[in-house]
Amino acid sequence: MVTELLGKKIGMTQVFAENGDVVPVTVLEVGPCPVLQIKTDKTDGYNAVQVGFGAGKKKNLKKPMAGHLKKSKIEHPQRVIREVRFADGETGSKELEKFKLGDQLKVDIFDGIYKVSVTGVTKGRGFAGMIKRWNKSRGKETHGSNNVREIGSTGSDTRLTHIRPGKHMPGHYGVESVKVLNLEVIRIDKDKNIMLVRGAVAGPNGGYVVVHKTNLVRPAPPKAETKKKSVHGQRK
Amino acid sequence: MNIIEEIQKSSLKKKVPTFKVGDTVDVHVKIKEGGRERIQIFNGIVIARQGSQAVETFTVRRIVQGEGVERIFPLHSPNIVNVISRRKGRPRRAKLYYLRQRTGKSIKVKERLGEIPGADTIDQTAKKTPAPEKETPKTKNE
Repeated sequence: MVTELLGKKIGMTQVFAENGDVVPVTVLEVGPCPVLQIKTDKTDGYNAVQVGFGAGKKKNLKKPMAGHLKKSKIEHPQRVIREVRFADGETGSKELEKFKLGDQLKVDIFDGIYKVSVTGVTKGRGFAGMIKRWNKSRGKETHGSNNVREIGSTGSDTRLTHIRPGKHMPGHYGVESVKVLNLEVIRIDKDKNIMLVRGAVAGPNGGYVVVHKTNLVRPAPPKAETKKKSVHGQRK
Repeated sequence: MNIIEEIQKSSLKKKVPTFKVGDTVDVHVKIKEGGRERIQIFNGIVIARQGSQAVETFTVRRIVQGEGVERIFPLHSPNIVNVISRRKGRPRRAKLYYLRQRTGKSIKVKERLGEIPGADTIDQTAKKTPAPEKETPKTKNE
């Protein structure tokens, strides 16, 4: 089973649910992802398909990559290439038999899926201070204080003459892979390869993401009009 | 950006109620009680319209038992069945937040009856054939 697919974050907007509620959604372009290589237990020791996403400029295609893509009859370089793992052993190998090189994996693999997890790369914030990076509070600006955005004390004891490992410090922040778990799939547009998920996804608009299936099941809608029994005994 | 606009278009209403900031309106809101649906009317002054396309909202303010109450409605929400302009206002600004500071009669005075030459689009005929695209920028410019 294909458990994940590559995509791109388009941006956020809102749609209305059936009952009129406003639902904040992230618009994702998911797929089509061409199959570039099929890895099997026999040849590689594990089962997976290698998929690509996002056609780049043809002139940027390097020869080794061109040779690799040629097997799938793809002429454009792929912006992202990633492996999608399949189950180990025979079960996975059997599923892989359905795929051949150059097959396009599309959003419809998420049909009927209730929730997905989305991995994105967060926006880069450069060298960030304590306040932005670790949510520290600020020092006083007045009363002669110079401790406005300083890091404060880094240690306590004279016996402990080094800074403890893992101490929060200023430094590079952002550009890290963040997986947002269990976002509800609101809508899937197969023609346009568009998926709407409830809530926010890490990264800038246009950033590349990986959409993972989850095995959560949509809860059954609450039964309409079952008369509430009072918890405490009612007097007649 | 185009894809987002397209998605918004899918939730746009075909008939957008016409009203402006400063109007006293009846907002017909669909409400679900248990299994039944009914329509509740919220009456008050439109003090703001914000956003565009499917994201547009409007704020209605009214005084309930001496207490100011404001509700923000998404204009294109399927729960907003209709918005009927009861009394046209003639505000001098786009956002009437200053009404929050006012009590009693002074709330009323700010709204004026009568037609504004060349700016009248809120009559009954316009209601039946609204032109939402044209309507929205006009309200904004005011």
